[in-house]
Order: sequence, then C-alpha cells, then structure tokens
Amino acid sequence: MRITQGCFSFLPDLDDQQINAQVEYCLRNGWAIGIEHTDDPHPRNTYWEMWGNPMFDLRDAKGVMMELDECRKANPEHYIRINAFDDTRGWETVRMSFIVNRPKVEAKIAMTRTDIRGRSQHYSWSTSR
Amino acid sequence: MTAAETIEPLPTAIDLKAEYEASGVAEVLAELDRELIGLKPVKLRLREIAALLIVERARKAMGLSHETPTLHMSFTGNPGTGKTTVASRMANILYRLGYVRKGHLVSVTRDDLVGQYIGHTAPKTKDVLKRAMGGVLFIDEAYYLYRPDNERDYGQEAIEILLQVMENNRDDLVVILAGYADRMDKFFSSNPGFRSRIAHHIDFPDYDNGELLTISQAMLAQQNYHLDDEARETMQRYIDRRRQQPHFANARSIRNALDRARLRQANRLFSSADGPVSADELSTIRAIDISVSRVFTQGVPDSSP
Repeated sequence: MRITQGCFSFLPDLDDQQINAQVEYCLRNGWAIGIEHTDDPHPRNTYWEMWGNPMFDLRDAKGVMMELDECRKANPEHYIRINAFDDTRGWETVRMSFIVNRPKVEAKIAMTRTDIRGRSQHYSWSTSR
Repeated sequence: MTAAETIEPLPTAIDLKAEYEASGVAEVLAELDRELIGLKPVKLRLREIAALLIVERARKAMGLSHETPTLHMSFTGNPGTGKTTVASRMANILYRLGYVRKGHLVSVTRDDLVGQYIGHTAPKTKDVLKRAMGGVLFIDEAYYLYRPDNERDYGQEAIEILLQVMENNRDDLVVILAGYADRMDKFFSSNPGFRSRIAHHIDFPDYDNGELLTISQAMLAQQNYHLDDEARETMQRYIDRRRQQPHFANARSIRNALDRARLRQANRLFSSADGPVSADELSTIRAIDISVSRVFTQGVPDSSP
C-alpha cells in the first residue's frame, strides 16, 4: 500500500533531479533542511529518526543530496523524508515535508474496529509488513 | 527542410568579445584592477582563468568536446599581500562565469575542519564542505592541516576527505588553499596528492613602497580620511622604515599604522580643540599623527612590547 504523507505523495516518486529542485526552492526561501527516516510510517508516528542535525546554513542543494545519498545507503529499506523548517518569527515550523525514499515492499496499514458502549465504535490503525 | 535541420542548429561561430562582455566578467576584472593595487602576476593569472572559462563555454555551446577544467587553487605569499581579498573576488568571478552555482565564499582554518577526538573530524569537515557546495572554500593557513610531528594528528583525516571531494565534486565547489610560501611548499611536498589536484599555483608578490603608499591612501579614502602633503611624505618614510623592522606584514601593517594614526589624530583634536572643528580638520591626518610612532622614535614596530 502506498504511503501518502507530506507533499507530492500522490504523484509518482520524485527523481533526484526533482528532489534537488525542490530543495533549491526550500533553500531559496531560507528554510533549514532536515533529513529523517523511519521503518514505521504509522500516521501517528510523528517523530522519525533524525539523520544528523538539520542543516541550517547551506547555500546549495548539493549538500543535502550528499547527505540523502548516505542516508539511503545506510537505510535502503526505510522511509526517508526531507523536512524544510522555517525559522521566521510567527512561523517557526516545518513548512514543507516530502518523502524521498520508500522501501521496495511498502508497509500495510490495517484498521481495527472495536465495539464499545452501546453501538459506538473505536477505530485504530496498525502497520505491518 | 529535412528532419535533421529542425534540430536546433549549433552555432558555428561565437563572438568571444561579446561573450566576454555579456558575462559581466569585464566589470569584475576592471573592478579588480581599480581596487587592488599592484599584484600584477595575480591579475594576469585571473585574466587567463577568465579567458579559459569563456573559451570552454564557447566550446560547449558549439558542441565541441569540453571537460570541466579543474580550478582548485593555491595562493602563496607573505602576510598582508591580499590573498583573502582576492579569494573573495574569485568567488564572484567564478559565479559570473557560471563555473560555480552560488558564488559564496566559505572561509575556514584548521579549527573548522579538524576535530578534537576520534570520529569528530569527518563530520566536521563534511559539514564545512556541505556549506561550501556551490561556492568557494577558502582554507587559510592550510599547512596547519598537516602536522608531521604528530602522527596521530587528525589533520590527515581532514586532508583525505578534502582530496576526495576535490576530485569527485569538481563541478560543485572550488577549493582555494592559502598560506606563506615556504610552509606551503613543505605542505605540498608531504602531501603530493594535493599538489597534483591543484591546477593553479598563484604567488602573491610583496608590495613595493610606492604601492603601499597608494594602498594607504586608498584605505583612508574609504573611511573618508586623507593625508595632507606633509603626512604623505612622512608616511612614505614610515613605510621605508617599517619594512626594515620585524613582523612586517605588507598591507596589514599599513592598516594597523593607519588605525593608530587615527587614534592619535582623534586625541590631538580632542586635546587641542578650542571651539568648533571643521569637517576638513576631522578628516585630515597630519604628519604629527604618524611621526610620533615608535617606528621613528625607537626604531621598533608599534606592536612590539
């Protein structure tokens, strides 16, 4: 099942040139780039593992691409995403986030319904391979 | 019209002159000529590099074989001969020629590259390299990277990473090493990998006395000061004498001397002023501001203890 989180996730996967162009856009806006990865793409798993520190003082996307290559080499079967953090006052948040690497076999998300009082139901999701 | 002709035709002739004008390099080089005094061999070399890059670009446009030229450089010369200044201009020139993508200068020394414990150096060096991507990495006093007396020194690790990036990422950044001539020679002889990866060795000559005087006037003009006639003559003598004394650092010594002269001028105006002071008075350095220097009175530089 294709995991859809962040920008561009309903599009075909971005190739490196397209990722490069997106990162250039982020840097042009003065956003700091962070690379994160995880093997558990559960929607509630907000905090992924950080790949090194966020890169605050880059001028060119090449630096990000180098880190991304290394992260891919170390975690080929993980989801990897690029976050762009905007530090201007009032925003101070991630402005853009997109997935740049997926495992060959994607995780499945299964929904479980639980009956509770009366005829109410609770829904929960779990990921599995 | 056949199909082959509809493919965008390659130009058969390119006006190098027009290309040169359009790139804006003429402007940068003219600016360099205007603002940097002396340094003839350096300017000549910069012109050659600019010409090479324009020709490469023309060849590329015409579909001739072209290879990205290696532009890593080493600047050698005595203290205060303008190595850092030229490096920052270099970034601008390469940017205008389209050789580097962003044209910023990242200036580092050993401390920024070499870590303090095992495993600290590689991330530190890589971090600097990442910042320098798309621009120029300027390593001042590069010979400190290599310490032959300590075989467990982490500098070697930084050197290896640098060499690798200089080789593999030639399109992404230009590395400029700078340092004093004799120590750089030693550095290169113990790291032959560096010498062969650096295409341009540029030597910065010392300034002669006339050039130093022109430099001092240019420095003052930038800060809205000027020397009066007598002061100019005193400055000339000051340069003469200062050169004989230890720790002479070309333009840097001149800048320090001028800073002290401004200090003395302020003090003189303060203690002697009765009534309003004119703008002209405020911006004139007089002979007395220079001649009380210890260079004249004791024959030692002002900076000596």
